[in-house]
Amino acid sequence: MFKLSRREWLSWAGIASVAGLVVSTDTRAEESLSRVSFTEMSSRERIRDRYFPNVELTTHEGKKVRFYEDLIKDKIVVFNFMYATCDGVCPGITRNLVKVQRLLGNRVGKDIFMYSITLKPVDDTVEVLADYVKENRVKPGWLFLTGKPEDIELIRRRQGFVDLNPEVDKDVSQHTGNVRYGNEPLQFWASSPGLGMPEALVKSILWMDQSSDRPTESLTNTTKKEMRRRAVKKSRQHSTGSKAEKGER
Amino acid sequence: MSEKLSKTRLKEIENAAKNRREIIAARLSRREMLKMGLLTSAGMLVPVRGLSARWADPLKTTPLDNPISPPTTPFLEELPTHMNGGMVIKSPEAVPLNPAPTVAPNTAAGEGRTRNHQALTLYPPVDFYRVSQQQGTYVAHPQLPPQTIWGFDGRFPGPTYVARYGRPVLIRNINNLPINNGGFGVPSVTTHLHNGHTPSESDGYPCDFFERGQWYDQHYPNILAGARSTHQPNGDLNEALSTLWYHDHRVDFTAQNVYKGLAGFYLLFNHLDTGDETTGFRLPKFPEFDIPLMIADKVYDPQTGQAFFDLANFDGILGDKTLVNGKIQPFFSVHPRRYRFRILNTGPSRFVDLYLTNPNNLNTAIPMWQISSDGNLLPKPVQITHTVLSVAERADIIIDFSQFAPGTVVYLENRMEQTDGRGPTGDTFPAGAGTYLLKFIVDKPPVADGSANPATITSFYGLPSTTAQPRVTRTFKLERKNGMWAINGQFATCLAPPRFKIQRNSVERWILQNNSGGWEHPMHIHFEEFQILKRNGVAIPNGSVEKGRKDVVRVGRNQVVELFFRFRDFDGLYAMHCHNSIHEDHAMMVLFEIAAQGDLKTEP
Repeated sequence: MFKLSRREWLSWAGIASVAGLVVSTDTRAEESLSRVSFTEMSSRERIRDRYFPNVELTTHEGKKVRFYEDLIKDKIVVFNFMYATCDGVCPGITRNLVKVQRLLGNRVGKDIFMYSITLKPVDDTVEVLADYVKENRVKPGWLFLTGKPEDIELIRRRQGFVDLNPEVDKDVSQHTGNVRYGNEPLQFWASSPGLGMPEALVKSILWMDQSSDRPTESLTNTTKKEMRRRAVKKSRQHSTGSKAEKGER
Repeated sequence: MSEKLSKTRLKEIENAAKNRREIIAARLSRREMLKMGLLTSAGMLVPVRGLSARWADPLKTTPLDNPISPPTTPFLEELPTHMNGGMVIKSPEAVPLNPAPTVAPNTAAGEGRTRNHQALTLYPPVDFYRVSQQQGTYVAHPQLPPQTIWGFDGRFPGPTYVARYGRPVLIRNINNLPINNGGFGVPSVTTHLHNGHTPSESDGYPCDFFERGQWYDQHYPNILAGARSTHQPNGDLNEALSTLWYHDHRVDFTAQNVYKGLAGFYLLFNHLDTGDETTGFRLPKFPEFDIPLMIADKVYDPQTGQAFFDLANFDGILGDKTLVNGKIQPFFSVHPRRYRFRILNTGPSRFVDLYLTNPNNLNTAIPMWQISSDGNLLPKPVQITHTVLSVAERADIIIDFSQFAPGTVVYLENRMEQTDGRGPTGDTFPAGAGTYLLKFIVDKPPVADGSANPATITSFYGLPSTTAQPRVTRTFKLERKNGMWAINGQFATCLAPPRFKIQRNSVERWILQNNSGGWEHPMHIHFEEFQILKRNGVAIPNGSVEKGRKDVVRVGRNQVVELFFRFRDFDGLYAMHCHNSIHEDHAMMVLFEIAAQGDLKTEP
């Protein structure tokens, strides 16, 4: 009663692996239980839908891009919010991020992508942002982005750059302190204080890259039998994973 | 546009607060609230728009409000315990670990440790364990699909370690987590033994994380504080600990990884707190009548039924479902006798105020005995009718079910109102209008009760003296800064050198000052429990459950607390941080070092 047996779980997972199939998860034969249906959806899709609206933005080079499709999808990214006339924490954060870009070297724009989104899109036109890039000696591979005010407001809210106190929330300079970083396909997402040590941010960003091979088993008391059991389990898990989940690897 | 928006939101927030006050003032019963549609059958307030400000969507493009968990019928499943197999006691290894543990990190064989064990040969381990951080599945509720979790040995709660003073242990942690996290969490870990008097390299220091495929030996000497300093060779009995817990502490990702399931209990017995009700303090017998209760609140995605973690919430995450030992609203059939419950609130952000409620007699407060604070036995039992636990706080409670007629049902009820991650609102729901976490049914036959009546227990341990002159008084200002949290204006980072040095075997006085406006912070200090000397300048009164040894202190809005510490026996790196783990992951932490030579920084 307490725990699903292995077989029950595998059969459940097997049913659910048919993409889009709605399954009932009422595992107890109890008349009183209401039947609730759940959809097997990839968590990656859920994250995309919730946090990364695919709105159109314009880069400081005048290029139209889509926030999710072009900037986030399949990438390791670092992004923050700023505006050109911000004189509070922004200059310090921009300086920090310039250091981050320098430390990451030629990976920026290749397999690590940096973005700064203006919170004052009406003031910060393509030209203003291009000047800002020049002034701050930002190198290629780090894009500054403007767009429709409502689209930018949407991204800001979805990304949680908000304050519970409406008075504080009104002050745009309050939303410039954090730097968000993540690995979209692996669904690793975190934030760092923009005024923290740039070296620390670089270390956190580089950790997001998990492409290097790591040993999968440690030298422990694992018996051969146990190893075999795990191998079987692994292959079963693999074969019962949904298409969407597989696509994430 | 934004100004108009704010006005609307302000009004909504005002309305919500007004509604809440009206509900509380009207002292509506559960039934009345259910009837009025204000309460779901699961016992949660219906999330009416206005209760949550941060996900308001001015553009009405897509539903942005926090997901609301699917309905679950309460009290369908039994509370998981050590007796029914729902929780397991970890067994030591029967054969020696291979490779054998070494003082120096065994990097060549895949160990992730970076510093030598400082006391492995001094306190050679008697019991050796292997535990694996791995993916698992479990059922939080029969109306939800099996949950894919990360747990110690794939379990939630993790296996319970039953340890004894004088029996050092070594635990080999093996990171077998998958690269695919299912939406949150990182497969990179460090296991903190919360409240342990543990050498730094085994403490689960947030920066000591290790990666998939690596392992890490942690040495727990299980010695009393003072064993190598003030009270050689056996330590100060008055510093004995009893209810500890362990959890992942990976810097920047602690909230995500613990929410995924990486937490368990570590119980520490001695010749007085024996686990046998016929000896020592004669506390209810373990494991039959000594039951750990791990409280956690979560949200379940209404579409997938899987636990949902809001990756863009930097305030604190509240669940609308509360789990006890991994089950949403379980029941527990009890004998009419005394039980010891070791209650732990794992959060990640919710505070609770726990009462016993008899739905047929809401006006009568039901007494309990609180015997510990944060797992440290109090000077003596304190009779209570409720107890507040912020995140990571523990309380051992003795409930005597022989006071109830056979068949009586009483609930463990959380009556604290909290609507966002800033902390509780300050309002308390009337009896029956809060959230029922656990249903006790007194329907088991009478059995012998050899445990002592707490009313007759005059003393557990004495409180260690706090009259010694501190070597230094340090002040820590807790602040909201640029959307994150700072301590003395600084953000935590693993790369910077430790912010200050404590002289080993010295006494310190710390002042924690909450300047962060509307926020409350449950602050935890690693390694040494402390005593709260004063809150807002007033000494903690005798008989208060805060008049004891603590490892988490609630620092309420605009509060100042004064703490007394003795840092003894071991050297190395440790942390102080907010245990609202969302705050912790957003830089609200100070890293410090204990060393032979300390500094005198007063605002580190």
